[in-house]
Amino acid sequence: MRVQFKLNHKEVSFNVHPGESLFEVLRREGNYEVKGSNCRDGSCGACTVLLDGVPVPSCTILIGRVEGREVETIESLGDMENLHPLQRAFLENGAVQCGYCIPGILLVAKALLDRDPNPSREEIEEELSGNICRCTGYVQQIEAIERAAELLREERK
Amino acid sequence: MKKYRVVGQDVEKVDGRALVTGQPVFTDDFSLPGMLYGKILRSPYAHALIKEINASEAEKLKGVEAVFTYKNVPRKAYTTAGQGYPEPSPYDSFIFDKKVRFVGDRVAAVFAESLSIAEEALSLIKVEYEELPAILDPEDALKDGAPVIHDEPEIQGAHDPSRNIVSHVDLEIGDVDQALRDSDFVVEGIWETQYAQHCPMEAHIAIAYLDERGKLVIRSSTQVPFHARRILSFLLGIPISKIRVIKPRIGGGFGAKQEVLIEDLVALATLKTKRPARLELTREEEFVSSRTMHPMKVKVRLGADKEGMLKAIEMDILSNTGAYGAHGPTVFFNAGSKTLPLYNKAENVRFTGNVVYTNLPVAGAYRGYGATEGYFALECAIDELARKMGIDPLILRQKNHIRPGETSPIFKKLGEGREGVPQTVESCGLEECIENGRELFEWEKKRSLPREVAPGIYRGYGMAIMMQGSAIPLVDMASATIKMNEDGSFLLLVGATDLGTGSDTILAQIACEEIGIPVKNITVYSSDTDFTPFDKGAYASSTTYLSGEAVRKAARKVKEQILTVAHILLGASGDLVIEDGLVKEVGTGKTLTLEEIGLRSFYMADQRQIQATASHVSEVSPPPFAAHFVEVEVDTRTGKITPILYVAAVDCGVAVNPQLTRGQIIGSIVNGLGFALSEGLVFNTRGMPLNPNFLDYKVLSSLDIPEIEVILVETHEPSGPFGAKSVAEICINGPLPAVANAVYDALGIQLKKAPFTAESVLRLLGKI
Repeated sequence: MRVQFKLNHKEVSFNVHPGESLFEVLRREGNYEVKGSNCRDGSCGACTVLLDGVPVPSCTILIGRVEGREVETIESLGDMENLHPLQRAFLENGAVQCGYCIPGILLVAKALLDRDPNPSREEIEEELSGNICRCTGYVQQIEAIERAAELLREERK
Repeated sequence: MKKYRVVGQDVEKVDGRALVTGQPVFTDDFSLPGMLYGKILRSPYAHALIKEINASEAEKLKGVEAVFTYKNVPRKAYTTAGQGYPEPSPYDSFIFDKKVRFVGDRVAAVFAESLSIAEEALSLIKVEYEELPAILDPEDALKDGAPVIHDEPEIQGAHDPSRNIVSHVDLEIGDVDQALRDSDFVVEGIWETQYAQHCPMEAHIAIAYLDERGKLVIRSSTQVPFHARRILSFLLGIPISKIRVIKPRIGGGFGAKQEVLIEDLVALATLKTKRPARLELTREEEFVSSRTMHPMKVKVRLGADKEGMLKAIEMDILSNTGAYGAHGPTVFFNAGSKTLPLYNKAENVRFTGNVVYTNLPVAGAYRGYGATEGYFALECAIDELARKMGIDPLILRQKNHIRPGETSPIFKKLGEGREGVPQTVESCGLEECIENGRELFEWEKKRSLPREVAPGIYRGYGMAIMMQGSAIPLVDMASATIKMNEDGSFLLLVGATDLGTGSDTILAQIACEEIGIPVKNITVYSSDTDFTPFDKGAYASSTTYLSGEAVRKAARKVKEQILTVAHILLGASGDLVIEDGLVKEVGTGKTLTLEEIGLRSFYMADQRQIQATASHVSEVSPPPFAAHFVEVEVDTRTGKITPILYVAAVDCGVAVNPQLTRGQIIGSIVNGLGFALSEGLVFNTRGMPLNPNFLDYKVLSSLDIPEIEVILVETHEPSGPFGAKSVAEICINGPLPAVANAVYDALGIQLKKAPFTAESVLRLLGKI
């Protein structure tokens, strides 16, 4: 079957098998910015994408469900020359080690800051709890999200 | 202390931009036309003989290109452990064997056009097993008449396979029994650790292909590319010159990838079919069939006199290495060698024990490498001794810990599965670690508060001190090459293996500090066995200390070459310095750009490539030190332990990049808290793991972490690059004893078996 949706603000259309997950289709089509820890049950969060602005583990989304909807991967945040304030804050706060969980965590953080520009530490911890990071112990990531929230608020002023 | 320009700065991770933008940098972010997909058939039995295996149906399935079983692969005993040669681990593994030794052991592998075809093919392989009695408790391994797990004639390097013993030590310094008899206070106990798994976010993955020369190229998520190449050459019988191992960015390893676990299979598939082949472990395979921490039972006896001076330490260990002995001897030795020197005031020390085979998953290298298990026992025993004496456990530690200028006979007696090397501790900030941690934590004030903070809710305060090492002295070698381009930019080529730790950045900082250039002027490449010089890989807290010194030496040579040209160009006779990429003559103020030097060297006069390679082996392994303090809350109605505040004061010498250093410290503490609070594989009575997934094996999430404060106590290690020691492993050792000691402080119960589940707390409270 064919499925059509918006990927990072561009219309795309792929030939897919109805049993495939969004994760499998994205990887097969060369969207390597979506990482996967091979849990395949949504428990690690590494393959998180935004589906109509809501973070979801793409390995748990059957491809048919994205027809006509909007999917965002880390590509929608910023590129190497024009980092999003979240990406900048993650680098400046030492919140990246191996980097494997980072695209997923950044998208979760983006959805949170889109919804609430001034989240409490508890809200950030709650929001990140579906994404495992085995390297950092989360502290610098939480600090980075607080810092990014500040940067974004300043930008909006 | 000398002020540095680049070292000591929070330089942005050199690979950071690629990682935060999700660039295709990992092993799997790469696909080749015609690539085959592999799957491994795993044993459903803990211990069994393969009576018959028939893969003909699988081979006939359309899309299947290769099936491997013990019948069609070379039979050679080897070790999967990626260690220096000759490896201290036993040669007790085969690519495939007629015998399976744990649930999850390899039986066969299939490579097919797609993953689903490979999966279907696995179900077509017919295997007839003869189940054998299994050993599921390490205590049973040593019993008379126990099943023999390794009865293969080819086994080499295991202490006594007929009794399931991989390694045995019986070491005594002084007279421990006499010293214990003479002691005024003696304590004793047994502490037990669990089956914990590294859980790197990226599972083991490798892709093999043949290049245009017919060379076998393997792109692998490995911590040890050079050891992997050597082991593959031995195993497959092809020369090292025909194998190239590329390590791209790695999605975490923590020791699990200091092993050669899948590269042999993709290599076989590619050699047979001439096509690219890919194999990735599933999360379940990562939990069950890759590697784990060594579950250990550690018995400790301590004796002290009335003044609180330790007289004797006895440590006896039963270490469970699982079905194969990868890293078995060395992890066991480290449980003693990284812990016992900490209390060097005790003149009588005994270290004994066995590493045994069982029919359970295979233990291997795991961050901490035995010290974690040793410190759980030792630091809990120290607290018990302090209680028995009625003194503050902090003071007992202060009286007895090692200090600068001191040594311990253990350094020489216990090495990597053999004797070690003697050393004197030059840099040691442990006294300041304890002092600064005590102050920030408010140790005395907190310990004077009432423990019950609400009905049924108790708070407790515990601590632990620890050390580790920096590299394996007189064994491991690292090297680095630095080249200058004609525009004055540089390339740093290292075999050192950044697996997420930030070592590429650290090594760049060291190179730039020595040469006198900013980090933006250097590009780091790690690691490729054809293009970067040899390095042992990422393990044993080595990279900053050992590879860093190799980089510093290479940088010094490059700088000398640059200055030679500069002297000629400037017509200078006086001193020259390089600052921010500019050569300056001291006194006259004349300057020269590196580009002018590069252009002259490449194209004009005395033409040559400005470059140098240097290697380094260390004669010592200077320990980093740390003092950890934790406040916990225990709900006696539910048994739940919640860590509230964690303070870690750490001496890792000069912190080359304080922010990355802090990341290593916090990351290892949170992993250690996982050991203490929730992590552990659970098995049924047939040796089958019941929780090999992230839903049932609980890695800590952002909701489970306490407030964590890090204090860097800077010392200067004379043998390290710009005064640096290691930092990546040490802090994983603290949480187990610190949390157990804090829970005792709250409730008077002794948690001696990790993890400290709510159930175990309620049991000790007599509530269930």
